[in-house]
Amino acid sequence: MSPLIECEDVWKIYQVGDVEVQALRGLSLTIEQGEFVAIMGSSGSGKSTLMNILGCLDQPTKGHYRLNGVEVGGLRPDDLAGIRNQQIGFVFQSFNLIPRTSALENAQLPLFYRGLSIKEQRTQAAAALGRVGLHGREDHYPTQLSGGQQQRVAIARALVTSPSLLLADEPTGNLDTQSSREIMAILEALNRDEGITIILVTHEVDVAAYAAREIVIKDGQILSDRRTKARPPSSPVEG
Amino acid sequence: MSAFVWLTIMTALRILGRNRMRAGLTMLGIVIGVAAVIAMVSIGEGAKRAVQAQIATMGTNVIIIFPGVTSASGVRGSQGSAVTLTVSDALELKKRIPLLADTGWTRRDVMQIVYGNKNWNGPINGISPSYLTIRDWSFTSGGPFTQTDLDSAARVALIGQTIVENLFESGEEPVGAVIRIKNVPFRVIGVLAPKGQSAQGSDQDDVIFIPFSTAERKVFGTSFIGSVGAMFGSTEQVEDLPMAVEQIREVLRGRHRLQTEQNDDFTIRTQVDIGKVQEGTSETLTMMLFAIASVSLLVGGIGIMNILLVSVTERTREIGVRMAVGAKRRHIMMQFLIEAMTLSLVGGALGIVLGVAGAKLTTVIAGWPTIISGDVIVIAFFFSLVVGLFFGLYPANKAARLNPIEALRYE
Ligand SMILES: Nc1ncnc2c1ncn2[C@@H]1O[C@H](COP(=O)(O)OP(=O)(O)OP(=O)(O)O)[C@@H](O)[C@H]1O
Ligand SMILES: [Mg+2]
Repeated sequence: MSPLIECEDVWKIYQVGDVEVQALRGLSLTIEQGEFVAIMGSSGSGKSTLMNILGCLDQPTKGHYRLNGVEVGGLRPDDLAGIRNQQIGFVFQSFNLIPRTSALENAQLPLFYRGLSIKEQRTQAAAALGRVGLHGREDHYPTQLSGGQQQRVAIARALVTSPSLLLADEPTGNLDTQSSREIMAILEALNRDEGITIILVTHEVDVAAYAAREIVIKDGQILSDRRTKARPPSSPVEG
Repeated sequence: MSAFVWLTIMTALRILGRNRMRAGLTMLGIVIGVAAVIAMVSIGEGAKRAVQAQIATMGTNVIIIFPGVTSASGVRGSQGSAVTLTVSDALELKKRIPLLADTGWTRRDVMQIVYGNKNWNGPINGISPSYLTIRDWSFTSGGPFTQTDLDSAARVALIGQTIVENLFESGEEPVGAVIRIKNVPFRVIGVLAPKGQSAQGSDQDDVIFIPFSTAERKVFGTSFIGSVGAMFGSTEQVEDLPMAVEQIREVLRGRHRLQTEQNDDFTIRTQVDIGKVQEGTSETLTMMLFAIASVSLLVGGIGIMNILLVSVTERTREIGVRMAVGAKRRHIMMQFLIEAMTLSLVGGALGIVLGVAGAKLTTVIAGWPTIISGDVIVIAFFFSLVVGLFFGLYPANKAARLNPIEALRYE
């Protein structure tokens, strides 16, 4: 079986006026199914750029990116949208919930584009909210929830489709220590109990400590890549 | 309907409900446009129907032949001094043209009519008996002339409602009374049922009929014996009218010995021609309505486009999130198109309500007849839909082409 993620000499070059910005410079990386990876590095080192490519929101300028053995480079926007819908969940630093829309409907959003019946969408979204400990908050609007609760709705939205890959770019960046711990506990449990591959970007060492592998990026290249914990069991426990 | 479309419509309605003021102002153009069109079409239809009813009072499949030349608008041109139509022309037409179910003739002059101490200047028509059938006259009391009346040039008269009102006290029975026309006593033997205004706007009930023979010999004076003011014919079928007209023209030209290069010395009009003049008027009205509708729907459409562009900008991040979780371009397109169409359809529906209310109010206040046709409502609804779709396309496409990363980063 091919690895979940294979990056091979990936370049991302932005053209800003006459200046060429090389955000990623020949980066190669392999991540197996079920890993929990933390990506660290100074500001502007290219972490978000890499996450966008891994999440099929963007494509490399040069090089290859294969997700589940499928070459992503050259796919059309709608194909990428399909891959995101089927295989990837996103958690953002700023939550990015749709305002004035209930927690349930926010969690429902990816299913919206899957052609499921409304009843099925609701059932699955409610279950996802339950898994992040938001049972009974289905009808709350984002403004009625704390930051930590909003981020949990975002996680519910990310996992409602049972993705194989969950990408979190500074998920605790806007949260206090207590909420950060709760969010990390949820992510850790998802990785451990359901075998979801998690890649998370963080500036905080104690957040990175939840991961089993730590990659440091500098100037668009990998500076270090080390395993901090023993690999988790390869066969996920069915929930 | 798919769950996606359904949920998108619900979302669109919720967004409208949230920005009621903004949505209302945006829809105003469509509301006013649709309302104006519905109200005006209803009034126009009502007027058209009234005119049609008037034309129907002429009779059924009627052909009218005037001496001299008449322009298309119905204004008489110079008639010349020659008497061009005679009773024998009419009799010949009847004999030679089997298509004609009937022919009749009249000659009229305005004269003083006296009854008791009242008098009235009204048109006296000497008529052939068939005229009454051709023009569908019926009676409220009494009845028509007999052939004997005609043969003996009897002094009998049929009078219209306007004459009755002006010469008789209310409740007085005109039948049997003796009136004087140009000092000649006439016995009233029938009162005509009212017809109201003609298509040209004249009072059709201001009329007195006397036998043609009586008119010639005892009222109009002996000059031009046998000449008629107008001849009438009718056919069984409307489709026969053009053919009958051609045959009449041929017979009359022959009888009047007109050379090929000479113009007709008579004018033939059918009920259909007269209807066409009226239709021309309503076509002008329709064109005007069309112009108003186009302009207001255009303005309404631009309003919708404007508000959607604002909405796309305001909700850039939301669009980014939707794209990140797997919305394809067509999903984003659909979302904004459905929002645009919801706006325009709600606007259209409000416009329909307002337009129907306006039409009804016109009937109540101004007393104009109005007819609200289902067609115009369906068309108005359809047009609002098209406007929403058309003016929603650009903003929807703009939204669908956003780059997800940039959209997510939008502040
Ligand atoms: N759309 C863009 N156009 C031009 N340059 C860009 C664009 N996006 C990112 N860059 C540049 O690419 C480099 C990497 O940016 P990136 O956002 O990946 O950094 P980062 O590691 O996520 O930083 P931070 O920790 O601050 O989030 C930076 O120099 C940035 O200026
Ligand atoms: Mg970043």
